[in-house]
Amino acid sequence: MGTSRTLLLAGAAALSLAGTAAFAQRGADGQVNILYWQAVSILNPYLSSGTKDIQGASVVIEPLARYDENGNLTPTLAAEIPTLENGGVSADLTSITWKLKPGIKWSDGTDFTAADVVFTWLYCTAEGGGCQQEAKFGGVTNVEAIDPLTVKITFDTPKPVPYAAFTGGQGPILQAAQFKDCVGAQAQSCSQQNFYPVGTGPFVVKDFKANDVVVYEANPNYRDPAKPAFQTVQLKGGGDAAAAARSVLETAEFDYAWNMQVEPEILNAMTAKGNGEIVAAFGTSVERFDINLSNPDSALGDKRSTLEGGVHPFLTDPKVIRALSLAIDRQIIVDAGYGPNGRVTCNIVPAPDFNVSTNNDWCKTPDVAAAKALLDEAGWVPGSDGVRVKDGKRLSILYQTSTNAVRQGTQALIKQMWEELGVETELRNVSASVFFGGDPSSPDTFQKLYADVQMYTNNFDGTDPEAYLSSWRCELIPSPANNWLGENMSRYCDPAYDALVAELGKTADPAKRSELAIRLNDMLVQGGAVIPLVHRATVASAKANSLGGVIANAWDSELWNIADWHRVK
Amino acid sequence: MLTYTLRRIAFAVPTLIVISFIIFAILELSPGDPMSQVPLTVPIEVRAQIAEALGLNEPFHIRYLLWLNQFFINEPLNLIEHLSGWDLGERPRVTSWITRAPVVDLIAERMPQTLMVVGLAYLFGVLIALPIGIISAYAKYSLFDQFGTLFSMLGYSVPTFLTGTLLILVFSVWLGWFPDSYDTTLVVTDWASFVAQVEQMVLPVTVLTLFNAAQISRFMRSSMLDNLGQDYVRTARAKGLKEQVVVLVHVLRNSLIPVVTVIALGVPQIFAGAIITEQIFRVNGLGALLIVGIEGADYPLVQTLTFIFAVLIVLFNLIADILYGILDPRIRYD
Amino acid sequence: MTDATLPAAAAELAPPRTLWRDVWLQFRKHKGAMVGAAVFFTIIVLVIFGPYIHTIDPGKLDIRAKNAGVSWAHPMGTDNLGRDMFAQVLAGGRTSLAVGVSAMLLSIVFGALVGTVSGFFRRMDGPLMRLTDLFLALPLLPLLLVIIMLFRDTLRAAFGPETGIFMLIVFVIGITSWMQTARIVRGEVLALREREFVLAARSIGTRPHRIVLRHILPNVLSPIMVAATLGIASAIITESALSFLGLGFPPDFPTWGRLIYDGKDFIQLTPERVLWPGLAISLTVLSVNFMGDGLRDALDPRMRGR
Repeated sequence: MGTSRTLLLAGAAALSLAGTAAFAQRGADGQVNILYWQAVSILNPYLSSGTKDIQGASVVIEPLARYDENGNLTPTLAAEIPTLENGGVSADLTSITWKLKPGIKWSDGTDFTAADVVFTWLYCTAEGGGCQQEAKFGGVTNVEAIDPLTVKITFDTPKPVPYAAFTGGQGPILQAAQFKDCVGAQAQSCSQQNFYPVGTGPFVVKDFKANDVVVYEANPNYRDPAKPAFQTVQLKGGGDAAAAARSVLETAEFDYAWNMQVEPEILNAMTAKGNGEIVAAFGTSVERFDINLSNPDSALGDKRSTLEGGVHPFLTDPKVIRALSLAIDRQIIVDAGYGPNGRVTCNIVPAPDFNVSTNNDWCKTPDVAAAKALLDEAGWVPGSDGVRVKDGKRLSILYQTSTNAVRQGTQALIKQMWEELGVETELRNVSASVFFGGDPSSPDTFQKLYADVQMYTNNFDGTDPEAYLSSWRCELIPSPANNWLGENMSRYCDPAYDALVAELGKTADPAKRSELAIRLNDMLVQGGAVIPLVHRATVASAKANSLGGVIANAWDSELWNIADWHRVK
Repeated sequence: MLTYTLRRIAFAVPTLIVISFIIFAILELSPGDPMSQVPLTVPIEVRAQIAEALGLNEPFHIRYLLWLNQFFINEPLNLIEHLSGWDLGERPRVTSWITRAPVVDLIAERMPQTLMVVGLAYLFGVLIALPIGIISAYAKYSLFDQFGTLFSMLGYSVPTFLTGTLLILVFSVWLGWFPDSYDTTLVVTDWASFVAQVEQMVLPVTVLTLFNAAQISRFMRSSMLDNLGQDYVRTARAKGLKEQVVVLVHVLRNSLIPVVTVIALGVPQIFAGAIITEQIFRVNGLGALLIVGIEGADYPLVQTLTFIFAVLIVLFNLIADILYGILDPRIRYD
Repeated sequence: MTDATLPAAAAELAPPRTLWRDVWLQFRKHKGAMVGAAVFFTIIVLVIFGPYIHTIDPGKLDIRAKNAGVSWAHPMGTDNLGRDMFAQVLAGGRTSLAVGVSAMLLSIVFGALVGTVSGFFRRMDGPLMRLTDLFLALPLLPLLLVIIMLFRDTLRAAFGPETGIFMLIVFVIGITSWMQTARIVRGEVLALREREFVLAARSIGTRPHRIVLRHILPNVLSPIMVAATLGIASAIITESALSFLGLGFPPDFPTWGRLIYDGKDFIQLTPERVLWPGLAISLTVLSVNFMGDGLRDALDPRMRGR
């Protein structure tokens, strides 16, 4: 690091001599050091859907269009965004035609054409390829190259929102020439291609060490000759969030660090030193409780936490859920664990504004007395040890989450709030990689939910909540039958909800879509499937003062505009 | 001595086979069947192929034999190929599920930083611990001994995540002397890069050295004390031997016997025991790799790594036993 | 130490001299050992009876008093959620000491047994040392993960969350740390077995188990003592590493290692959060070490009476 900093200083000195025109020169600003404390494993978003991997790849490979910081789709490789008005989207909503920007070259100097776009579709949908973004191509029947600069995507049914494929960090275009031998089962053994993809983005991979570090250098064939300002990028992994914050804000060894899940007082003390700041952007991330509506009793054996095993002894009563929600003082949780990177929320769809419900705002003002009254009314009365009982059942909750300092703090706070209510609470934390790992043989995954409630954060890509809200359909309940493959952790099952989701899938009118989204959100919150807690900043990163051009973007990869990043003089 | 050594080596092979069986059985025992460890996103066809490559459809003993074949024949051949440049034909490779890259390549990539940081720290630890242990024992309850005890007990009882954080705070944040992060892409080509390499190694090596030295110096001191009171020491002194000769030749030689065991047994831990320090300084060595593998349920990676640890442990046990024979001729082995 | 309550005057009555009485008399002359014993005793008394005097619940959150410094109400300040640090250090000490001492005892007893048997009885040497190699070669972390995954639910159901995890952790730490002791003890026994006094004992027909108990064991006590001292510290630290990996006690269940781990990020803001538990671990380890030293000297017949 010492040497790179010297180089940087030398570069800066040379620039200040050269005068004002200096910053419009590719590679003039030396190296930028970025820290992702969870290291990048692979640079192919089609084989790994981890945020870190998608973002690491977004520096190199690009989609046709990206979301900007306001959630609007802006063209990258495309010449413009196809719409009904400009004729890009067919009137019957069954096809979309993208015009590509002319003159774009891959980093190896060859031309980027519509054939690469078609290949990317074939690559992801090939048998045996294990493509993790296959859902983005749901309903796509054909992708064809009309001419080298025109791609037409055809759908099996009318698509009110036809922009899922080839947009955002999850939909970059792969080079057909490089990946032609990696289709299908071969995808698994193409480590050279997966580590060193050829792209159209501002940087190319120079050195890749899996789960450790990626070094990029400026792409000589990038479409804007004045960009990127940095000659090299180092994307280092390892350590934890607090250490990453220190490396940017205190020791200044790094210019940018991702995902600052650190207690606010620590961040405040660090930013007070004046080396840098926290940049935040709010997307759709909500820290929430999944309520287990099925019975997690271990005596049930294989039927544990499945609907076949029976319903939960007390969490299916919406009054209990409402009481649990009312007892939580969310502002205390925000102040203790999130600071400026969190806001109180009562909705599972927290953004954008036109989709946000106001019907659940009662939860913003905690009211222990009302919560107690609700439980009394539901027949739960305090027993001799202060824990409420009804029909011989104790109001005792096993509360699990992933291991992380902020979450354990929240657990402790909520445990106290609930115990004040007369609800016994037992805490458990599971290593994040096990918890979110989805390994069907582990009893600790969030799909298994061998607990009464669990807390974690989830979000959706882009601004449209349809796919997200449809994950609470009956058919997506994880169970042994589908190898615990499902997103409906709450085991929420309501035919009316499923019908409303189907209606949303057919509605094109934006106002009507918002109205449906709000209704679905309210069904989940009021039906007791979830208890929303905190609307979290999607981007909460530490940035050194000397780094310019960073625009926090909650709707796409954080590194979406790295071509514009530069050294502030 | 030679026959003894040969016999011990001959014995190491069955030991390793039993250990490999146990590792295999442990991973078998882990809940569910091993194929379910493959990430859910891997489609059924690919699962079938992986299962076939590992022979999971076969009965247990066949599967185990195939596993042995992969570890004892295919991967060593790959290694020979890699080192010599010969082409010995295509063979299946043990591939990590997280990165889709051959496990052996991942290990090779991480070996340099692990040896540099953890290995050097162990070497320094031993070099510091032996003199401290010897002097502390010789000058028992002196000021030096008391300080030595305090130092080694602090080094041992304070968790490395705390010493590491403290060192970063003092030397990176306040003084700004050393970086708090280890750059694995740094290549030593000239004086400046050499200095940078030394600078980035100072803090992690210090943390680990402190921990290692603490443990070994306690054993050295205790062993020296035992021997200093022996009759042969009195005899040697009575013979009129110089004190230096008595202590550094007679006593030291005998005291080293148990200490050598401790040192030899600690060597394999170089490869496995620095998980926390590696994480704090972002060294990203083999310890970090093992954790990534365990957390990500990357069983090919975990199997390979743990088996390599096992080989190293058996090897260093062997070395410890042979050193025993050299240091203490009274221990007869026939 | 159990004799600590005996009045000193009893010595003047010149009761029959036994080995352990000699050891105790010698132990008392060792200043470091007495100080160590006093400190260790104080720590134990504090963590056992402290919570009856300082009655704040260690899990009680008082968010308004978060990150507070030293005060009468909070003698060691509070953490970032307003929990009283003193109460947490006391509660953490109970767990940490219990884990440390039980895991150490388990590992020492087992290690010494295996080491002595394998060093003294030639026929057992091969199999037992291969067993030791095997345990040494077993990768600790995957083993821990598998054991904890397999048995956590069963034990939790049988003994409740805390006792269940406690037994699991003690067992897991004990069963994975006896091998070094076994190897060292075996090495010592191998050498001792060829020594003149053992040969002499054997030549007069002393039975093997008496040779082991009277002649071998007292002579290998010192490496065992060192291993025991380090064992307490390493058990306490292993426990914190397990918490670090999310496999330890529940997060609201303090231990010294966990308190340090949770507090390390706050070291600039509230340094006492790591200072006190750190000091507690170090004092415990140091005092046990000095006691070990004293015991070691007291057990050495050549040192006695000097």
